[in-house]
Amino acid sequence: MSNILTVTTFLPLVGALLIATLNSEAKGNARWIALWTTLVTFAVSLLIWINFDTNTAGFQFVEEHAWLGPLKYKMGVDGISMLFVILTTFLMPLCILASWVSVQDRVKEYMIAFLVLETLMLGVFCALDMVLFYLFFEGGLIPMFIIIGVWGGKRRVYASFKFFLYTLLGSVLMLLAMMAMYWHAGTTDIPTLLQTKFPPDMQWWLWLAFFASFAVKMPMWPVHTWLPDAHVEAPTAGSVILAGILLKMGGYGFLRFSLPMFPNASADLAPLVFTLSIVAIIYTSLVALVQEDIKKLIAYSSVAHMGFVTMGIFTATQQGVDGAIFQMLSHGIISSALFLCVGVIYDRTHTREIAAYGGLVERMPKYAVAFMVFTMANVGLPGTSGFIGEFLTLLAAFKANTWVAILATTGIILSAAYALYLYRRVIFGALEKANLKGLLDLSPREIAILAPLVLLTIFYGVYPAPVLDVTATSVKNLVQNYQSAQGTAAASAAPQGTQ
Amino acid sequence: MDSSVLNVVLPELILAIGAISLLMLGVFTSNGEAAGRTVTWLSIGLLLATAIAVFQGSGSSLVFGGAFVSDGFTRFLKIVILIGAALTLLMTFDNFGRAKLLQFEYPVLVLLATLGMLMMVSANDLIALYLGLELQSLALYVIAAFKRDDVQSSEAGLKYFVLGALSSGMLLYGASMLYGVTGSTGYATIAAAATIPEMSTNIGLTFGLVFVLVGLAFKIAAVPFHMWTPDVYQGAPTPVTAFFAGAPKIAAMALLLRFTQAALPGIAPQWQQIVIFLAIASMVLGSFAAIGQNNIKRLLAYSSIGNVGFALIGLAANNTEGTAGVLVYLVIYVAMTLGAFACVLAMQRNGRNVESISDLSGLAKTNLTFATILAVLMFSLAGIPPLAGFWAKWYVFLPAIKAGLYPLSVIGVVTSVVGAYYYLRVVKIMFFDETAEGFSPPEGRTFAVMALSAAFVVAFVLPFVGGTVVDAATAAASVLVPAHP
Repeated sequence: MSNILTVTTFLPLVGALLIATLNSEAKGNARWIALWTTLVTFAVSLLIWINFDTNTAGFQFVEEHAWLGPLKYKMGVDGISMLFVILTTFLMPLCILASWVSVQDRVKEYMIAFLVLETLMLGVFCALDMVLFYLFFEGGLIPMFIIIGVWGGKRRVYASFKFFLYTLLGSVLMLLAMMAMYWHAGTTDIPTLLQTKFPPDMQWWLWLAFFASFAVKMPMWPVHTWLPDAHVEAPTAGSVILAGILLKMGGYGFLRFSLPMFPNASADLAPLVFTLSIVAIIYTSLVALVQEDIKKLIAYSSVAHMGFVTMGIFTATQQGVDGAIFQMLSHGIISSALFLCVGVIYDRTHTREIAAYGGLVERMPKYAVAFMVFTMANVGLPGTSGFIGEFLTLLAAFKANTWVAILATTGIILSAAYALYLYRRVIFGALEKANLKGLLDLSPREIAILAPLVLLTIFYGVYPAPVLDVTATSVKNLVQNYQSAQGTAAASAAPQGTQ
Repeated sequence: MDSSVLNVVLPELILAIGAISLLMLGVFTSNGEAAGRTVTWLSIGLLLATAIAVFQGSGSSLVFGGAFVSDGFTRFLKIVILIGAALTLLMTFDNFGRAKLLQFEYPVLVLLATLGMLMMVSANDLIALYLGLELQSLALYVIAAFKRDDVQSSEAGLKYFVLGALSSGMLLYGASMLYGVTGSTGYATIAAAATIPEMSTNIGLTFGLVFVLVGLAFKIAAVPFHMWTPDVYQGAPTPVTAFFAGAPKIAAMALLLRFTQAALPGIAPQWQQIVIFLAIASMVLGSFAAIGQNNIKRLLAYSSIGNVGFALIGLAANNTEGTAGVLVYLVIYVAMTLGAFACVLAMQRNGRNVESISDLSGLAKTNLTFATILAVLMFSLAGIPPLAGFWAKWYVFLPAIKAGLYPLSVIGVVTSVVGAYYYLRVVKIMFFDETAEGFSPPEGRTFAVMALSAAFVVAFVLPFVGGTVVDAATAAASVLVPAHP
């Protein structure tokens, strides 16, 4: 058990190496190896969850080895990162299945890219060394760049470059901040850095540098523009990974670094985050309303939903942070499901234009039901997992700043508008277009992909406790540390003021 | 002369005597091509033997009246230079064989240039510096024009020679000023003289410093003394370009490191300013000018300019970590550059080499292994973790942050993002574009260098690879006198 995190993280890489040894014609074998690798990884990660102790706030399953000089190879999970690991391992087999038929070109390379990406994503959530974190965080760009660029749509080159360079530009500033932290604290060990008190003026700069990286990754308005392009051009499974996991790295970064390590700067700059979040929620919801492309619409809705996450995180309260984590996990399920739904009809008609559809319910009733569940969850209907996260973050925001909460709530109304409008145009109406009349309903493979997502969406909507239990202790600890840091800053600022 | 002196200069002696013997061997063998092949193999062996001789050395010693130094720092760099030179020679066989250039003069000239580099690394005196530098440069001028009946190659040689001679002149002029002000050409005496507080504003010292730095900046191709690089890189035969991009840069950088830190620590703020300017100009020009290039050799030329800029960041930091960072950077840079040039050498159809980036179109479909190796090298040059190029940048930016050079660091990382664009473009052309006519499969020796380089770049993240390099570099750097202990 002591090295279970390393095993989980690097299992997909082993699978990728195995596929690399195959003959390039062996498409079927590549698919099966990838599927089994991701399934086994998922099973192993469930073992971590089962053995996870929800009563301690500290890091668990910690392993530490010497690496390069002062840098250590150190892995571990706490209540904040635990469920992101599960989300990643859970979504991967679905991605492989979703690409089973739609990807016929260079299958071997495709599977390798996804498995390498899985290793890097798991590493982000497990790394307990800052540089190790950065390694996984940035390394993920390479496979994603290839995935969008090789298997993407018409404007794939533009989208892949924009994705890569945007994210890289944000991250390099974070890298410099990490170096500054290293010289200040003398270590890159995350648990130690969590205990380190950085001087308030230094915190500002560090916070801004980390913000540059995570805000792009999140993405927050106004640095979100890479996301719609990347989503539209990426293959279905690529979109799922982007929306489901890569975006969560931004939120995870805020929770792991910005909030606990720079509490004073976080408090000072929270109004900035609130403002950007509100703009994101309202503006991108409005933008989503006028989209002609289904994937683009969902992409903008992702930006809006991530607005709730940043808002929740920077209230720095138990409800807010719990809600933000829940919102990220639930969005990971819902938006992935929505992209998979788009993939289902895209595989049949090869268009993502909303206007090309209409009346699908007549030919595809099962599909209509699944899509309905995810649309409602996206709106945040009570009884779906989308509700819990938004409600908790709004509750926290209401206590922190009533106006923020009032403005953010309009986002829920707007999300209902664009989501239902989309649903009406695609699923209802008369089945007029000739090419839609011969469509087949969900195949067993597609049902196998969507069914677990439907179940989870409703299950966590009705009974969110399994998630909140895992996060509660770590979040409580985080919030307490945050508040005590505010106290000491005020205390130390007072005598300085009198000098 | 007593034997201890001979022991210190043993590697140089082996190389010098070996080079002359091989010259004799070549001259007295009648069959041109066979002689070329044999001498090249023997030269590789000689370089490796010299590397072993270097490796056997220990401790620090000054000989020839303090003009020649041998310590951990020089040993580290010499081994890198020798291995780099040996690998570039390994890459020449196939290309030169096809171009009917496989003559014995080439490896001998490479050996002499390498000897010059070893002397540069060990120079602890302005005269020794100049001797090593000129031995190296003269040999390089000749091999740049080695394809005699090719206009571009001759142009490259001439251009390199004229501009090189000019820069050598400036360096000498600067050296004479330093001598005039301090009364000595030895680094130790210069250092002692330059540490006197009144000297920090001495105009002769400042001018001497500037002229010497200009001369050295030309040798490492730092902006604004880089103009010769793209033309020479493009014009010279590719194996020669591969050689230019690697070992001579290391030697000149070593010279720069020792000159600034051992001879002029007293006026560090003054040379730091210059180095910061050179670094920023090189990084900015290297990344922006490369965007429009269509010839892969020109692209790599601008890439090397940019890389020199990054390496200079470590020097600008002026601390032990910075020096170690430069050393790590050089090792990784040489590994990546050699691999990239091996890939350029492998770009051939029907026995002819092609150099346009668009020739790489769709390579991932025709030869996935080749495309993957080049892509790994490009991502590494772009500085994407976990590849070695990231670590190179990590180890130069870290000391810069320690030294508080924040604007320099921010400019550096931003230009690295700009640079990422053109490296990614190569990947894009190989992976995303439609397939062009494929290449002939890479020949064994070229492919070996490609694969070795890619393997190093990928494996650097492992403690027993990266850790070894970093530890060795740190040990080497600690020998050099730190400016501010």
